[in-house]
Amino acid sequence: MSLLEVDELRVAFPGRGWRAKPVEVLHGVSLDVAPGETLGLVGESGSGKTTIGRAVLGLVKPSGGDIRFDGTSIAGISPRDRRRLSRDIQVVFQDPYTSLNPSMTIGDILAEPLVIQGATAKDARSRVKTLLDQVGLPSDAVERLPREFSGGQRQRVAIARALAPEPRLIVCDEPVSALDLSTQARVLDLFVEIQRATGVAYLFVSHDLSVVRHISHRVAVLYRGDLVETGSAEHVTSTPDHPYTQKLLLAAPVADPARQRERRLERRRIMEAS
Amino acid sequence: MLSYILRRLGAGVVLAILVTLITFLLLSTSFNDVAQAILGTSATPDVVDDLIAAKGWDRPVIVQYFDWLIHAVQGDFGVSVYTSLPVGPSVLQRLAVTLSIIVPALILTVILSVFLGVWAASRGGVVDRIAQGISLIGYIVPGLLLAIVLVVVFAVQLKWLPATGFTPFAEDPAAWVRSITIPVIVLTIGGVANMAAQVRGRMIDELRRDYIRTLRTRGSSTTSIVIKHALRNAASPALTVMSLEFIQMFGGALIIENVFALPGYGSFAFNASLQGDIPVIMGITAFGVLLVTVVNLLTDLANGWLNPKARVH
Amino acid sequence: MSDERPPQTTTGTVTPPSTELLVTLENAAKTRTSTWRRILRDPQAVVTLGLLAVIFLLGLLTPWLAPHGPNDAELSMINAPVGTPGYLLGADEAGRDILSRLLHSINTAAISALIGAGVALLVGVVAGLIGGYFGTVTRATTEWLFNLIMTFPGILLLIILMPVTGGDYRFTMLIFGVLLSPGIYRIVRNLVLGVKNELYVDAARVSGLGNLRILGRHVLFVVRGPIIIAAAFMAGSAIAVQSGLAFLGVGSLQIPSFGSMISSGFRNLYIAPTQFLWPSLLLGVITASLVLLGNALRDILEGSMPKPAKVGRGQRVLDNAGEATAARTGLLEINDLAIAYPRPSGGLNEVVRGVDLSIARGQIVGLVGESGSGKSQTAFASLGVLPNEAVITRGSIRFDGRELVGLTDAQMRPLRGKEIAYIPQEPMSNLDPSYRVGAQLVEGVRSALGVTRAEASARVLALLERVGIADPKRTFDSYPHQISGGMAQRVLIAGAVASRPKLLIADEPTTALDVTVQAEILDLLRDLQSELDMAILLVTHNFGVVADLCDRIAVMQNGVIVESGTAAEVFAHPTHEYTKMLLGAILDESTVRTDPPVAVSDERTDR
Repeated sequence: MSLLEVDELRVAFPGRGWRAKPVEVLHGVSLDVAPGETLGLVGESGSGKTTIGRAVLGLVKPSGGDIRFDGTSIAGISPRDRRRLSRDIQVVFQDPYTSLNPSMTIGDILAEPLVIQGATAKDARSRVKTLLDQVGLPSDAVERLPREFSGGQRQRVAIARALAPEPRLIVCDEPVSALDLSTQARVLDLFVEIQRATGVAYLFVSHDLSVVRHISHRVAVLYRGDLVETGSAEHVTSTPDHPYTQKLLLAAPVADPARQRERRLERRRIMEAS
Repeated sequence: MLSYILRRLGAGVVLAILVTLITFLLLSTSFNDVAQAILGTSATPDVVDDLIAAKGWDRPVIVQYFDWLIHAVQGDFGVSVYTSLPVGPSVLQRLAVTLSIIVPALILTVILSVFLGVWAASRGGVVDRIAQGISLIGYIVPGLLLAIVLVVVFAVQLKWLPATGFTPFAEDPAAWVRSITIPVIVLTIGGVANMAAQVRGRMIDELRRDYIRTLRTRGSSTTSIVIKHALRNAASPALTVMSLEFIQMFGGALIIENVFALPGYGSFAFNASLQGDIPVIMGITAFGVLLVTVVNLLTDLANGWLNPKARVH
Repeated sequence: MSDERPPQTTTGTVTPPSTELLVTLENAAKTRTSTWRRILRDPQAVVTLGLLAVIFLLGLLTPWLAPHGPNDAELSMINAPVGTPGYLLGADEAGRDILSRLLHSINTAAISALIGAGVALLVGVVAGLIGGYFGTVTRATTEWLFNLIMTFPGILLLIILMPVTGGDYRFTMLIFGVLLSPGIYRIVRNLVLGVKNELYVDAARVSGLGNLRILGRHVLFVVRGPIIIAAAFMAGSAIAVQSGLAFLGVGSLQIPSFGSMISSGFRNLYIAPTQFLWPSLLLGVITASLVLLGNALRDILEGSMPKPAKVGRGQRVLDNAGEATAARTGLLEINDLAIAYPRPSGGLNEVVRGVDLSIARGQIVGLVGESGSGKSQTAFASLGVLPNEAVITRGSIRFDGRELVGLTDAQMRPLRGKEIAYIPQEPMSNLDPSYRVGAQLVEGVRSALGVTRAEASARVLALLERVGIADPKRTFDSYPHQISGGMAQRVLIAGAVASRPKLLIADEPTTALDVTVQAEILDLLRDLQSELDMAILLVTHNFGVVADLCDRIAVMQNGVIVESGTAAEVFAHPTHEYTKMLLGAILDESTVRTDPPVAVSDERTDR
C-alpha cells in the first residue's frame, strides 16, 4: 500500500484584487509515494510542484481532490490532527538562509519539534546530539546561532530538524538549489544515506532533472498544473516519452562542449519538427 | 476612474456620518451642563429644564441626530448656541484661515525635505550630517517652545513681524504674509524634521537597489538616475508621509493659533468645546472628516500616478 | 492554517548568495555581544538613559524633596526672584513655588507618558499581531478600524471630547494613546506579515506548533526591538501633547504640568523671564533625551541604517593601483586585480586577490566559480560599478588599451552602455518598476548614441523583435511587473546590445531562469555574438552553460584564478585540484538509484 496518495488534487489561489476570479494552479494531479521510496517531482516555474508539497504539508488548502496518508485522508484536517501528523510528515525547505529562525540556537531549533511532541528536556538533548551526528555536524553546534554556519551546514541543520520526530515521509522542496556545486553533491548523498539508514520516504521537488535523477526511484513531471509523465527515474530522465520532458531534458546543458553541441543541434531539430 | 473617486467620496460621507453620530452620542451626556453654563450658575433646575425643552434637547438622542443630519445634508448646520451665527459659514471661514497657514507650510516642507533628503542621500558627507542635524533639532525642540522663542525674538525684540493677529489676504496681502510668517516657519521646521529624514532614508534604500546599478551600466547620467528614477520610486512612500504630515499640522496649528491669536479652525474648536457649543462642534467634526477624506483621496490618486503597481483599474 | 497566496518565486529558483551578502553575513557572525551590553556601551544611550532616570527619580522623590505643595499660594511671594529663601527657583504669578511645581510636573509628565505610550503599545501591538497574522478578513477589519482612528487630527479630537473627559488628563492621555496606536499597529503588522511568510515559520507550523506558540516564540521576538524604539518616541510624543493641551488651558488647573507652567511663564515673560525658562528647559531636556534615546536604540537594535551612496563617485582606488605589469593586447586585459572591503573592526578584507584575465575581440570567456569566489566583483570592477565601500587595492584593467582603474565616473560613462555592456542576473529587480519598459530602453539608447527619441524608439522596437519577443509593441508599452522573467531578460539583453558594444559582461544571465528559457537565452546570446562580433565575459557557476557557449574558461576560487585555458582543454584535462573537484561534483547522467526502497519496521509503538 502506498504511504502517500495524492488523488485528483486541485488547488486554486484567490485572484488579485477585489473581485478577481480564483486562479487554479493544480488541475487534478494524482501521484503516490511508497514507503522508503523517493518520488522526484520535477517541473519549471508555474508547474505547481511546490504547491503539491505545501498541500501535503497542510500549508495550503486543496480546492478539490484528496490527499491520503496511510490510507487516511489528511486534506483539511484539524490543527490538532495536523500536530499529530507532524511526527510522520516533515519538511526541508529550499532556502537555508531563511528556514532557520536566526535568533534561536541550533540546539533550540532541533529541540523544538521534539518538545512539541512531549519529549522531556533530557530526552530532547540526547536526541539532538544523535541528530547532529547523523547529519555530520559537530556537537558544539548546539550552542551556536545559524549565522555562524555556511549554507550547506545550515541545510544539514534543516535536515536534522526534519529527522527529529522520526518521520516516515519528508517533503523536500528544492533543498539543494541554493547550494554550491560541491556542496550540492554532498548534501544529496546525505539524503540518500539517511534514506538507506532510516527507511524514510521523500517527496523530492526540484526544477533540476539531474538532481532528481540522482536521488529518485520514480519521477513525475509537471507542466502548468498537470502531470504529463510518471515512471521510473531511469526511464523518465534518459528516454522520456512526453515531448515536454524531452524538451526539458535537452534544454539542460551538459559539461562537455562536444556533446553539448550535438544536443543543441538535436534540440533545434526537434523544435523545428514540432 | 470616476467611479473610484465617487466611491471614495461616498465612503468619506459615510465616515463623516459615523463620526458625527458617535460624537453626538458622547456630547449628549452633557446637555445639562451646557444649559447650566448658558444660564449661569445661579439658575435653578426648573429654568434649566425649561431651556432644555425649548431647545429640543429632551427628545431622544437619535431623533435629534437625524434632525441635525437632514439639515446638514442640505447645507444647514444650525446656529451657534452662544452667538447664534450660522455654523456652516463660520467653520469655512475659520478653516480658510488655518489652511492659509498649513498649505504654505506643507508646500515649503515638501520642497525643503525633498531637497535636503535627496542631497543628503546622494552626496553624503557634510551635507548628510547637516540634514541629520536639522532633523534632530526639529524633533527635539517641541513646536510650542519654538513658537514662543521665535515670537520673542522676531516679534517682540526685533519688531519685524507682528506677534499676534491675522490680516486676511483680501484686506492687505503684504500684511497677510507678515502675519503668517512665523506660524508657517514653526510648522515648516517641525514638518521638515520629520519628512527630510524619511525622504533621506527612502532615497538611500532606493539608491542601493539593483536597477540603479544597471542604469549606471547603460551610461545614464547621475542626475537622471537620482532624480528621474530613484526619487520617483522613493516618492511613493513619501507621499503617505505627506498626507499624515498634513493631518498632524492641524494639531500643531492649534497651539500656534493660540500663541499667535489667530482666528482659525483649531481655536474655533477649542472654544466651542470649552463652552459646549454642540452645533458648532458637530459642524467642525463633519467638515474635519470630509477634509481628511479629500486629502487621503488626493494622496492615493497621486500615488497611483507615481506608482504603476498601486493603480486602480 | 492555509496560505492565501501562491509562493512568491518569480522564476522558481533560489540562487546561491552573492559575495557581498556573504561578506555581510561573515561580519554579522562575528558580533556576538548581547544586546544589553551593546546598549550600555553606547554613549548616547547611556547618557540619555541616565538623564531620564535621574529626572524621574527626582519626580518619585518629590514628596520628600519639594519644600511646598504644588498649589500652595503665598501672596507675599508673587513673582519672587530666583534664590529667595525657600523658593529656590522663584515663585510664579500666584505665589507658588516654582521648584515644587516643577518636581510635581515631572510626575504628571511621567504618568502621561506611561498612560499614553502604554495604551498605544498595548492596543497597537495586539491589533498588529492579530491583523498581521490571521486571515484577510480579520486584517481588513483591523485595517479599516485603524484607518478610522488615523483619520482625525488627534489634538482636535481630544479637545472636542473635552466635555466628555472632563479635562482629566489621565483620561485624555488614554484617548491619546488610542489615537497613537495606528502607528504601532502598522509597524507591528508589517513585521508580522514579513515574518509570517518566512520559511522558518512554515517549518514551525509543519512541526506542529500552534498559532499561539508561533506568535510567542517566533513572531514576537522580531517585534521586540521596534516596539522598544517606538515606546521611546511615543513617550516623548505623549509628554509633548499633554504639555500642549495644558498650555492651552485644557483640563484642571490644579494639576501641575510643564504646559501650564510655560503658559503662565509666557504671560509673565517681561516681568520675570526665568519663570518661562525652568519648565521650558526641563521639558526640552526630557523630550530631547527621549528622542535621542530612541535614535540610539534604533541604531543598536536594528543596526545602523545604510549610509548614503554617492552615485556619481568613481570606484575607490589605492594609489599603487592602475599600473599594468605586462603589456598585452586583448580587448579586455585584467592584471593582478585585487578588490577589498572594509572590516567592521578596521582594516581591509580582500575578496579578489590578484586576478589575471584576458579576453580577445569576439571571444567568449567563461569566468566560473562558486559563491564567494569574487567573480561578480571582477565583472563589476570592469564596469566601474562596485559598491561605494569597495576598494581596488592593486592591479589594472585595460579595455582596448585604455586603463580603467582610477577613472572617474564621468570618464567611465561614455564607455558604459556603448562599448562595454552588461546584463544582470535577476531581470525583474534590474528594471525600474515605475517606468514602462520601452521608455527605459529608449533612455539608454539615447544616452549611448545621442539619437532622437523617435529614432531610439524605432531601434528599440526592432531590437525587441530581434531578441525574440513576440509582440514588441505590447512589451514596449508594458511595465516591468506585467512581463515574465524570461521576457525581462530578453529586454535587458536588447538594451545591452543596442549600441553594438565591443564587450558584453553577462553576470549569471540565466541562473534565475527556467531551464527551457535558459536554453533559448543561450541560443540568443550565441546568435547575437556572431552577428555583432561581440566579446562576452560570461560569469557563471554552471559548467553546462560554459560548455554550451564559451571558447575559453577561467576557474576562480577564493579571489584568484586557479586555472584557465580553452574550454575543450579544461573540460578534458583539468590540471588544478579545485577544477577537478568541481567537475567531479557535477551530477552525471548515468547515476541512477539502483537500490530499491527500504521499508522501515515500525519501532515506534505510539503511532
